[in-house]
Amino acid sequence: MRKLIRNVRVMDPGDGFDAITDLAIADGRIVLREERIADFPADEELDGTGLIACPGLIETSFHAHSPGHDRDGDMASELRAAVAGGITQVLLRPDTQPVTDTPAVVQEQRQLAARLGLARVHCAGALTTALQGKALSEMAAMLDAGVLLFSQAKVALPDAALLRLALSYAADLGRPVWLHPEDVDLAAQGVMHEGGLSLRLGLPGRPAAAEQVGIYRDITVAALSGCAVHFPQVSTASAVALVAEARRRGESVTCGVSIHNLLLCEQDVGFFNNHAKVLPPLRTIAERDALRRALASGTISAISSDHCPWGVDREGMTFVQAPFGISAVEWLLPLALRLVDEDILDLMTVLGLLTQGPAQVMGLPAPSLAVGAIADMCIFNPDTYFTLDPTRSWSRGQNLPYGQWQLRGQVLYTLVAGRIVYRG
Amino acid sequence: MSPSTFRFGEGNLQYDAQGRLRHLLSIEGLRERELLQILDTAESFLSIANRSVKKTPTLRGRTIVNLFFENSTRTRSTFELAAKRLSADVLNIAVSTSSASKGESLIDTVDNLMAMQVDGFVIRHPDAGAAHLIARHLRESALVVNAGDGQHAHPTQALLDVFTIRRLAGPIENRVVAIIGDVLHSRVARSQIHALSILGCPEIRVIGPRTLVPEDLTALGVHVYHDLQAGLQGVDVICALRLQRERMESHRLPSLDEFYRRFGLTPTRLQWAAPDALVLHPGPMNRGVEIASEVADGPQAVILQQVSHGLAIRMAVLTLLAGAVGGGDEHA
Repeated sequence: MRKLIRNVRVMDPGDGFDAITDLAIADGRIVLREERIADFPADEELDGTGLIACPGLIETSFHAHSPGHDRDGDMASELRAAVAGGITQVLLRPDTQPVTDTPAVVQEQRQLAARLGLARVHCAGALTTALQGKALSEMAAMLDAGVLLFSQAKVALPDAALLRLALSYAADLGRPVWLHPEDVDLAAQGVMHEGGLSLRLGLPGRPAAAEQVGIYRDITVAALSGCAVHFPQVSTASAVALVAEARRRGESVTCGVSIHNLLLCEQDVGFFNNHAKVLPPLRTIAERDALRRALASGTISAISSDHCPWGVDREGMTFVQAPFGISAVEWLLPLALRLVDEDILDLMTVLGLLTQGPAQVMGLPAPSLAVGAIADMCIFNPDTYFTLDPTRSWSRGQNLPYGQWQLRGQVLYTLVAGRIVYRG
Repeated sequence: MSPSTFRFGEGNLQYDAQGRLRHLLSIEGLRERELLQILDTAESFLSIANRSVKKTPTLRGRTIVNLFFENSTRTRSTFELAAKRLSADVLNIAVSTSSASKGESLIDTVDNLMAMQVDGFVIRHPDAGAAHLIARHLRESALVVNAGDGQHAHPTQALLDVFTIRRLAGPIENRVVAIIGDVLHSRVARSQIHALSILGCPEIRVIGPRTLVPEDLTALGVHVYHDLQAGLQGVDVICALRLQRERMESHRLPSLDEFYRRFGLTPTRLQWAAPDALVLHPGPMNRGVEIASEVADGPQAVILQQVSHGLAIRMAVLTLLAGAVGGGDEHA
């Protein structure tokens, strides 16, 4: 399939290229990037006037309940949501049901994804058996089955000695380990940020100190092991500072942030809004602003939607009973454009945090729109404004606190290896 | 069940579209005039209790469900009696006999009861926000009264407490009130603090060990004390709280005796407060833990009056929420 995209603003955070030009695609790769391409017979020509083309977005935290209960979503429903959001690659979280801790689960995930042919799917294997933090999982076997890296999903390890061994073992295999940094005893059974609002609502809180203590321990132990570690969702200024400090010492430590912690705060829980129940919890405005500053300073590598859909069954639960998670992969780009509109970051930096940064922390080749690059691409209209309606979602989860938000940025085409997998 | 129609962040659930109080979920978010209306209506119901015929026809033909997922004696029986004195039919459902133990969701339980054409729910649940969840689901199709949700709120208890203070200690606008004990885990204390604040109490103090009375409570507009003597100085009203045994298991206290040693309300310590200071307790009491028997049974304690007042308050709340405003005056 040969495609020609005319007159589109190409924004490539890889090489900083930003100009209105034409793009020609053949055999899944970009073959020409120049103005007014002539003599390129294409099967389809797209008019890119007024649109932006950027490398396909990469979601670093993606839950598709596969395997799991399909009332909450499945590989097909959630990947459709992802490509509708301009996402061309996702990393599956291992906290599935059963947990992704055997080659069989990994093979099933990869086969399902291959059959669907939507976004590229990468698997994360559980670092410990059933994520329980009691025994190392069979990492080499999972690696042979095709996992990209190892992760503890949203479960902190209670045992620092086991963490040290797990990181050392993973270091042999040359793959990074993703950790949820939190002191399990301080976090305890907390269901939201510990602060003024949790006190008013009488809900058990997770103090910011739990993340600070947890990340300090994890960074210290990681330095003993020689393993690269990544914290996919940090939520506090102190955690970011500890990551920055470790990086200054030359340690292989990176962190990401979820869009929720950049746009929302504890007050969004309101009177028991289940849709704002998420891990790490929504914190104070001061923490939110510190995370925004850390984005601008480059300490944070990636922005994620931390996609976790839950079916309508959850709506009948109390805030305490409801599981953690927000379903927002489809709206990651429009939500991230809020950061541009609020003068936190420029557009190129935001796109970098959704493409380059995720690829880097996952150990993937850098996405690019240069000639010769694989044509994974998101083409969107930055000036289409809309009101977010959760009921019109591809995802099976309508659990997001952004209903009725006015956003801009509509994805019109998502391309994976030159093939259009979504048309808006 | 149609939970997908839920919308969050839609403002104060307790009021209907016309701004009338439809549910009583928490004291937070109520206006002073609603509080005063409830207190004034309760005054009129107090006199009914002294008549030989204690019933009024206010809620005749209506059905109120007491849906209790936690044990309760005082609250459940006064709600039941309140509804019956208003001539309502009352259905009592306790957790041990309900289908919640069979895995039915809270919303399904409520929907099944709604199919029996009930008019209101009085709910107690171990999870904070349970009453909000039900009110959000029912909207205006039935009234919801929160009779205690987790550690969040217990609005009718707070109302009966301020009612008691107003009747027996005089205007709340110039009374200093101290709450002693496990404020952190107390839905009663949270609701008391909001009620006292709305009614203009000039100074609310909370007293207890740092493990149960964290400094962060100042966010609720109270003064925090960790020393009983300093905290009781010049106080007009003392609200003792029940100390749960599980606080020992979670290491917030070394022992019950140790709590009594530091914060138990004894006759000697009572003298640190203003002369004739009122002593309240929401019950059930742990004698010899948060309060000495000499104080609990002494002349300054008004613990049994609180129970009588609770009945009047709950009659007033049901009357007002049912839209039968002024019903109390009519029949008093």
